[in-house]
Amino acid sequence: MGKTIAQKIFDSHIIDNPFEDIYVIRLDAVFCHEITTPIAINDLVSRGKDRVFDTSRIKAVIDHVTPAKDSKTALQGKILREWTRRHKINDFFDIGRNGVCHAIFPEKGFVRPGYTIIMGDSHTCTYGAFGAFGAGVGTTDLEVGILKGVCALGYPETIKINICGKIPDGVFAKDIILSIIGLIGVNGATNKVMEFAGPVVENMGMDARMTLCNMAIEAGATCGICAPDMTTVEYLWDFIKDEYKTKEAAQNDFSKYCSDPDATYEKIIDHDISILEPMVTFGYKPDNVKPASEMEGTKIDQVYIGSCTNGRIEDLRVAAKILKGNKISNALRGIVSPATTEIYRQALDEGIIATFLEAGFCVTNPTCGACLGMSNGIIAEGETCASTTNRNFSGRMGKGGMVHLMSPATAAATAIAGHITNSKLYKGK
Amino acid sequence: MKNFSGKVLFLNRSDINTDEIIPARYLTENTKEALKPYLLEDINLEGFDNKKDIEGKAVIITRENFGCGSSREHAPWAFEVNDINLVIAPSFARIYKRNMFNCGMMAVELPAETIDQIFSVFSNHDTDLETVFNDGLFILTAANIMESFEFRISGFDRALVEAGGWVDYADSKY
Repeated sequence: MGKTIAQKIFDSHIIDNPFEDIYVIRLDAVFCHEITTPIAINDLVSRGKDRVFDTSRIKAVIDHVTPAKDSKTALQGKILREWTRRHKINDFFDIGRNGVCHAIFPEKGFVRPGYTIIMGDSHTCTYGAFGAFGAGVGTTDLEVGILKGVCALGYPETIKINICGKIPDGVFAKDIILSIIGLIGVNGATNKVMEFAGPVVENMGMDARMTLCNMAIEAGATCGICAPDMTTVEYLWDFIKDEYKTKEAAQNDFSKYCSDPDATYEKIIDHDISILEPMVTFGYKPDNVKPASEMEGTKIDQVYIGSCTNGRIEDLRVAAKILKGNKISNALRGIVSPATTEIYRQALDEGIIATFLEAGFCVTNPTCGACLGMSNGIIAEGETCASTTNRNFSGRMGKGGMVHLMSPATAAATAIAGHITNSKLYKGK
Repeated sequence: MKNFSGKVLFLNRSDINTDEIIPARYLTENTKEALKPYLLEDINLEGFDNKKDIEGKAVIITRENFGCGSSREHAPWAFEVNDINLVIAPSFARIYKRNMFNCGMMAVELPAETIDQIFSVFSNHDTDLETVFNDGLFILTAANIMESFEFRISGFDRALVEAGGWVDYADSKY
């Protein structure tokens, strides 16, 4: 019987099946940030188990609140920093060379097809864009991952989503994933893997695939996943060129992590996006989605472009194209946070940062900050934010605030209009 | 083993997420105890007051997909430091459920119809729940009503509850 991508990866990493429904798998990488790791570190120390399973397979970054905003966040950074020094974890990214975890770790080549990866962060599902099995976990699972390089998980049943049709102007990966979450609901893929396939995905770049996989957790999925192909090879080539003679050889090797034609899926959903419109969330759940046209005129106080969902260079390019030669409305303020230092540098080189500044945006450093209401752009009670992030939960960006999720294109057009709009600006007209 | 019996707090809404259980602004704390006053501070639930309604409760009964969203283990911890170690719902988000058992706490699924029945019979009363762990039984009592419900947890989850968590188990075995 055929297997899915997730099942192939999973099966090749199983080391134990201690109970009927639980498998212990070997991890290829464990990623850490300063919010969920310090308590794991402190707990390991207090248990007399201050060890790590493999220094080269652990990567760490300070990303959620950076620069530190107060003594407590400074302490979280300090605990993580000292731990990486103590254990000689060389891949540690401190301020000045950091970035949002799910942007910087792929950018450094740490995410490879076939890998198993955990992190104390629910958006670890992003790594499926590379044909890897990435699962978000809590602090205890992270702690065990750090200590032993293993994780206990259920067997990954997969829901396949075939995305087909011609992408309409103004529609991006964000609109597609919002429409899928709207279709299956916030509980639609709980304990399952979401495999994104079909011609639309095959034609997507890695940034767009990461946006798709990133929000799989918003439907409850353990991870999102895409088959690795030549696009994956091109993205990773600098990091893998010593391992393979040619790109074709790499692609051939990675093809062992593609689903078999006779793989068994829990469900297959065909999603034709030919008539999809730009999508926006309303309410406090990511499955509360509507076409932007139906939200036309909704008052907005802040526009935020950034995050592990949509803070990559492709996202900034699209937004800058729309903003070029325009000013943002006096009715609102705009913040852009390039997701990594490298993306920031690239955006500077391409004139994107200048475009944002000329339009009236505040350009801030790479950080998760505002996305989860921790720093760098928290909104006041009663305020609304048009945001390229991933969650519109009650209080997410600040107590009593409302977040409307959307693509960078819709966010940029909204910034110019001063309210939510389904703009011709991003339709190339 | 932790305590899984006591007064019930009913949260009558599906999809209660971990940002509602413990907002991210409190994730800068480095101890579990510091989370205590902030449990359910941002919950979007008509008539609920986290300053009054949590005190004295030991069990949560709620609706589908409880604990969705962020992976923060601060959500189970915020319950734990408020002496709430048991949540009962028709379904849970994966990471939240795992985190509960990893802490030696319980996230127990009952069929949606059973939860409906419990809500209709008990949610307007001051309700007590007794957990008979070895028999897999919840006994609910309120005024002069008493009903019991069978529950089942997996072998792994049972082992974690009995061991009080996953770290030492994994360290000795792998």
